[in-house]
Order: sequence, then C-alpha cells, then structure tokens
Amino acid sequence: MGTIVAIQAELVEEFDMFEDWMEKYEYIIDLGKSLPMIDDKHKIEDNLIKGCQSRVWLHADNDNGIITYTADSDAIITKGIVAILIRVLSKQKAAEIAKADLVFIDKIGLKEQLSQTRANGLLSMVKEMKLYALALKDR
Amino acid sequence: MIDVGKIRAQFPLLHQKVNGENLVYFDNGASTQKPQVVIDAIAQYYSNNNANIHRGVHYLSQKATDKFEETRDTVQAFINANKSCEIIFTKGTTDSINLVANGYRSMLNKGDDIIISEMEHHSNIVPWQMCCEVSGATLKVIPILDNGDLDMDAFENLLSEKTKLVAVTHISNALGTINPVEKLITLTHKVGAKILIDGAQATPHTLVDVQGLDVDFYCFSAHKMYGPTGVGVLYGKEALLNELPPYQGGGEMIKEVSFEKTTYADLPHKFEAGTPNIAGVIAFKAAMDFITDLGISTIAKHEDTLVQYATKQLLTISGMQFIGEAKKRAALVSFNIEGLHPYDIGVLLDKMGIAIRTGHHCAQPIMEHYKVSGTARMSFAIYNTKEEIDSCITAIKKAQTMLA
Ligand SMILES: Cc1ncc(COP(=O)(O)O)c(C=O)c1O
Repeated sequence: MGTIVAIQAELVEEFDMFEDWMEKYEYIIDLGKSLPMIDDKHKIEDNLIKGCQSRVWLHADNDNGIITYTADSDAIITKGIVAILIRVLSKQKAAEIAKADLVFIDKIGLKEQLSQTRANGLLSMVKEMKLYALALKDR
Repeated sequence: MIDVGKIRAQFPLLHQKVNGENLVYFDNGASTQKPQVVIDAIAQYYSNNNANIHRGVHYLSQKATDKFEETRDTVQAFINANKSCEIIFTKGTTDSINLVANGYRSMLNKGDDIIISEMEHHSNIVPWQMCCEVSGATLKVIPILDNGDLDMDAFENLLSEKTKLVAVTHISNALGTINPVEKLITLTHKVGAKILIDGAQATPHTLVDVQGLDVDFYCFSAHKMYGPTGVGVLYGKEALLNELPPYQGGGEMIKEVSFEKTTYADLPHKFEAGTPNIAGVIAFKAAMDFITDLGISTIAKHEDTLVQYATKQLLTISGMQFIGEAKKRAALVSFNIEGLHPYDIGVLLDKMGIAIRTGHHCAQPIMEHYKVSGTARMSFAIYNTKEEIDSCITAIKKAQTMLA
C-alpha cells in the first residue's frame, strides 16, 4: 500500500495519458461499472449522503486505526469518482487521512465534479471520510 | 416567421464555446439569457442615473424614481392589472409567495385549509407549510394523474367551506403541464376562497391577463423572462393587498413612525421595505418590451415547434421515457433514459457544451410520484433552434454509448 501522496501522484500520471475528456470519462465510467463497492447491509439510510443530483452511500471500518472505506452511488460517474477517492484514502492510517491534502482532484481536472454546485454528494463524502478519520486519529 | 438568427445576435452570452463546443443552452426554465437591451439598461442606470428612489428631491433620485415607476406601469399593462399599485416588486417568485404566505399566518386559524398541488415547486410548498405550522391551518394536496395533469375531480373534492386559500402553479417546471387556471380560479371562488397562482414558468411563454382570469394573487420572476435576477412581481387585487399584513418592516413602507405606533404606507410601498433592486427593476422594463415587441404568441409558437421537434427526435433514442405527457404542455421536455442516471447524462452533455437541467427540479414530490430520483430536462426559449436540438440528440446518443 502506497502512501496517500504516492497514490495521488500515480493517479495524476495515469490521467495525464488521456488524450481528451472522452477517454477520461470512459475510464471513470469503467471504474463506476466495476463491482459493487459496498456491502448491501451497509446501503442504509444512515450511511446515505443525499445530493440533489446523485446519492452516495459511505461506510467505514476501523481496524486498529487503519480505516477501510466502502461506498456506492446511484450515478455511474459519481460512483467512478467515489472509486478514485477510495483508492486514495482507504486502508490508510486515520491520522494520515485526516491531514491529507487532496491535490490530485485539481490536477486530474475533476475539481468541477467536487464543487458545491454539482450537489452530487461527493464533496460531503470527502468531508465525511475526513471527519471519521479525525474522530479516530487520537484514540 | 421569426428570424432566430437575428434574435440570437441580440444575446451576447450565446456566442461562446463551452468545453470547446458551441454552447447549446437548454436550461431556460431555470433562467433565460439576457438580450443586449437588458444588459445596456443596467449599465446605463449605473453609468448615468444611480441614486436612491422615493427619497431625494434631487435630479438623479427623481429620474430613478420615474424609471422605476415606469416599470411598474409596464408590468401593469403586461399582465393587464387594474391599477399599478397592485404590482409589488419583490426579489422573485419565491419572495412573492413568501410575502403572501407570511401575511396569511395571522389571517388563518385551526380548521382552515390551504390547498396546493403535488406538482408544486418547493417555493410553493414550504412557505405554506410554514404558514400552517404557525396558524394551525391544514395543508391539503391535489394529486396529479400519471400523465402529469392535475386531478381536477380530486380538487373539487378537497374544496370546502374550510378552504381559505389555494396555491397552484400555472405551468409545472418539472413536467411542462399547463394547468387549467381559469377553472381552478372559478372553482376556488365558488367556495369563497382566494387563489394564488405561481406564474414563474408561465409569464415567459403565455399571455397572462389577471383581470380576465380574476386571479387573486399572481407571482413571477423577471429572470425567467429575459430580465435580470433578483426582481420579481407579486400581483394582488387591491382590496386583498390592503387586508394583508406587511411582510418586512423598514424604510419606505411606513407613513409615520413613532415608538408608540407606526402606520404603514399605502400600496404598493407597504410591501416594499428597504432599497429595492432599482437597476434590475428598471432593466426589467427592457425585458418586457423585448417580449412584447416579438409578441408572446410568436414566442410560444416557436417554443411549441421546438417541443414537438425535440419530442419526435428524443423518440429515436432507445429506452426513452417521458416524464409528464399532459394534454397541454409548454416549452420543455422532461425525460429519463432506461438504465441511465440523469446526472450522468447531464455531466457528459456538459462536456459537449450542452446545458440541460438534471435532478429533482426543486419538485421532489413529483419525483416521488413517478418513483424516479430525477429527470433530465430540456427547456426552450425564443433563441433556441432545431439545429441545437439535433446537436443535443447526437450528444445524448454519444453519452448513451459511453454509459452503456
Ligand atoms: C414553477 C416555479 N415556481 C417558483 C420558482 C422559483 O422562482 P425564483 O427562484 O425566481 O424565486 C421557479 C423557479 O425555478 C419555478 O419554476
């Protein structure tokens, strides 16, 4: 498992290879179509982040300060980006997640997807992931 | 025949590229773009005329006041109100509805009914819920039929001597349904109740004659009619506006203020506390003139042609499901594509320079009715073309391939 910084660098390199927006979104869509990322028993109202546009379910498991996130969304593009966020933040130490600076979002041109106006639940999802880590990190 | 090219030339915003493609703007139901005359009116005002209104004795204030009141007269003519004091300037439809709903808080009691419909925009739901919470009145809801028409039989059954107010939209922003407002108004008056019509989606597309309709309150927004944001209108019959308690207190809305007792100004100023959006109101006149010069029926006819063409073309897309197929519809098409989430369609269309609306359109009860999380909506204005619809259809098909 690489560090959060290393994984972000990897992602930036991968995204650099795409020629245009179509290739980029095709990749995100493929990620979105990959296996369900959350156990159905966690797909409950309590884990639901409601956006006006799409919905995101987020579940976190703590194993000795290492957090594993699983999540899902009803929209494929949202789900693809969820998968990317999980690749960066999941299975990391709580303290690392809490202080992570997610510079890759801007660098791979997905800033718009995580903007307030999209109301797709992603911005809240990142906040939730960090809050969970923050609550754990000092234990 | 209108020359759409000539009309488009008047809208500077339309001539830009988005993500490398020519912009196609199909989100007019949310807000229309502004013609140069409206933009100029705003610039003119701030360049030559800016001053506060109804206060100064000086030249600029007088001139601004005159222009401001000129717009009031234009609105009066635009909707055929009896008097210009029946035209209250607000921030928009939402503000207009809140003004009335707030006033009714103290005019209603337990045992009274307010009736709204299942197809209302949140701004014609929540103010009434708040009104009911405070007054103890009960909120009743007219259901819709599956095609998107109001269930008029159900409405007649809901009406009773308990009904004090009915608040229904003229045209649905999510379904495009044109409601039979004449009938709603007649039936409401039969039981002695008052009726408010949310005209946000109607004034850009249809002729509204408030006296002909005999409507009690009518609300709309300038920004959906080629005018500026932050300007709206509440029309109310003079007698009813006089009965309605003031909404906000402050400057401009008073006759005399002392700590013992304050008396309120006459209409319309009683409801216009504080400095209004003067530039916006003045520019709104240019927007109404723009509509009147073209002719609202010409606009409606052009938009109807676009709706029919879009509907036909959308049917060439596999899995097309229209949401809202009311008998009478205006200016928009709401749809879903089997197996696709509207958000995904919206994101990919944006990448191709096409602006549509996706989501619940601030009308969650409708989404609940159709058991969908949202829809994709194309909504049209006078400057849209069939070629733009063709581009949009091609883009949707491309998105469908990518998402399949
Ligand atoms: C039917 C309807 N009512 C009310 C509104 C609210 O208008 P505004 O946001 O201008 O106050 C809208 C705007 O989307 C609408 O479509």
